[in-house]
Amino acid sequence: MVDVVYAVLVAPFKDMAGSPAFLVEVLIGGVFAGLMYSLVALGFVLIFKASGVFNFAQGVMVLFAALTLVGLLERGVPVVLALALTTAVMVALAFAIERFVLRPLVNQEHIILFMATIGLNFFLEGFGEMLWGANVKKLDIGIPDRSFVVRGVQINELELTAAVTAALLVTLLAMFFQKTRIGRALRAVADDHEAALSIGIPLKTIWVVVWSVAGVVAIVAGLMWGAKSGVQFSLSLIALKALPVLILGGFESVPGAIVGGLIIGIGEKVGEVYWGPLVGGAIENWFAYVLALAFLLARPQGLFGEKIIERV
Amino acid sequence: MSRAEAGGPLLEVEGVSVRFGALIALNRVSLGVAREEVVAIIGPNGAGKTTLLNAISGFYHPYEGRIAFAGRDRTHLRPPDVAALGIARTFQNVALFRGMSVLDNIMTGRLLKMRGSFLLEALYWGPARRQELEHRAAVERIIDFLEIQGIRKTPAGRLPYGLQKRVELARALAAEPTLLLLDEPMAGMNVEEKEDMCRFILDVNQEFGTTIVLIEHDMGVVMDISDRVVVLDYGRKIADAPPAEIRSDRAVLDAYLGVAHES
Repeated sequence: MVDVVYAVLVAPFKDMAGSPAFLVEVLIGGVFAGLMYSLVALGFVLIFKASGVFNFAQGVMVLFAALTLVGLLERGVPVVLALALTTAVMVALAFAIERFVLRPLVNQEHIILFMATIGLNFFLEGFGEMLWGANVKKLDIGIPDRSFVVRGVQINELELTAAVTAALLVTLLAMFFQKTRIGRALRAVADDHEAALSIGIPLKTIWVVVWSVAGVVAIVAGLMWGAKSGVQFSLSLIALKALPVLILGGFESVPGAIVGGLIIGIGEKVGEVYWGPLVGGAIENWFAYVLALAFLLARPQGLFGEKIIERV
Repeated sequence: MSRAEAGGPLLEVEGVSVRFGALIALNRVSLGVAREEVVAIIGPNGAGKTTLLNAISGFYHPYEGRIAFAGRDRTHLRPPDVAALGIARTFQNVALFRGMSVLDNIMTGRLLKMRGSFLLEALYWGPARRQELEHRAAVERIIDFLEIQGIRKTPAGRLPYGLQKRVELARALAAEPTLLLLDEPMAGMNVEEKEDMCRFILDVNQEFGTTIVLIEHDMGVVMDISDRVVVLDYGRKIADAPPAEIRSDRAVLDAYLGVAHES
């Protein structure tokens, strides 16, 4: 009994203290993974806030963006141009979704819009593979996948670039939401459609803007994950990791998506490395979901969500 | 020179009908509102008052008749375009952005007046910063005017009902509208709150020259603040006169008190 308590509560922390450089490496790995989760979760939050739609297709949008980018690069298009073209494709996709999915379904129940995004999910998956093929592709954007050492801490150049890019994007989006006229309009639309219309906010434009932004976020997420582990179907599954992030952070909170992503990224890496051996590993695979479950029981509105109070 | 500038009415509603399936909510209603006038729309429940307001602000489109604003036909415009013309409104069941602070709510009212680049705004830099500050100043004037300084940072959803109505009015005023449509601005208020609201409405009318069309059930209020009263019953206009005449109008008494009032 004492042995078990020691192994669970004391030994891991002794390990951490014993090798701080390694701990920092683990934490950096966690932050990297966390920022990537945040990016995908942000895509969900943006769309959910502005249109009340839970976009099931967000993960496939990441895959689609990455496939498009790789496809263009493989055909010899320079990186910058390929990025610009992919952005154009995602914006075009946003226009198409507004015109052919959202507009015909305006004022429908949320569940119907949700079903529509499931359809969108399968369409995009098939369409992407039809255009660009289904085999695993390597995404090379010219950042070498090698490490350098600072004070005994190994840092992977690719991961660092990805983390900095993600952090920049996340900050930019947060500022966009809080400070700009469009950001304010987005929040207004999220709160009350009728009132937003009455003060002159055109819903359609707002929808195209959020889906475009979600598309751009998908490009960055696809770029970073793709560069690390290749572009393949499993890329769309990171959306599943974004779900616990949303439950932690609250579905409507941009800061929540960021903090939630970091908690899950760091938590699962630290758990895996220090507590994993005790249970035979694979903590990384379930940590996020167990944490989300605990949150659903204790604080269903998430860390930053507004507490739901019903008057009776 | 447009007709309105030449002295024609600011808002003209001509023979407007709105139907929902078999129900005729508005039946050939005509109504003119002059600049700087305060017009009250009264009538029993279901008379079509809110429908009329919704038709004016573009939420419903009439199947016959026309609506002109400042001399130009705008029967088929959508709500955002109506707002862009300078028509602001409030709703019967307060429609605030509940999660946003009072200040942000009122700032959204100025969206139509803002211009500029997203990038600069995101960085809060240069002209974007100046613009934000200018609008902020305008909003502060409205906050002072409506005496809601103390609740600037409170999320709108947490305010008591009476204050929410006041914030909704503030948001509408932030757009500096030519025409203000108020749907039961005093519903659910106590006497003191009603008096405040009356004072605000009259001040808005007198200081900014805003034309006001309001729906109200409280007859005392209606008689006090309106220049003219329009009475609807079963989707038809049954009277349109200054308050003093409305008081003794036979059709109005019939509609409100039943037909056999003087037998």
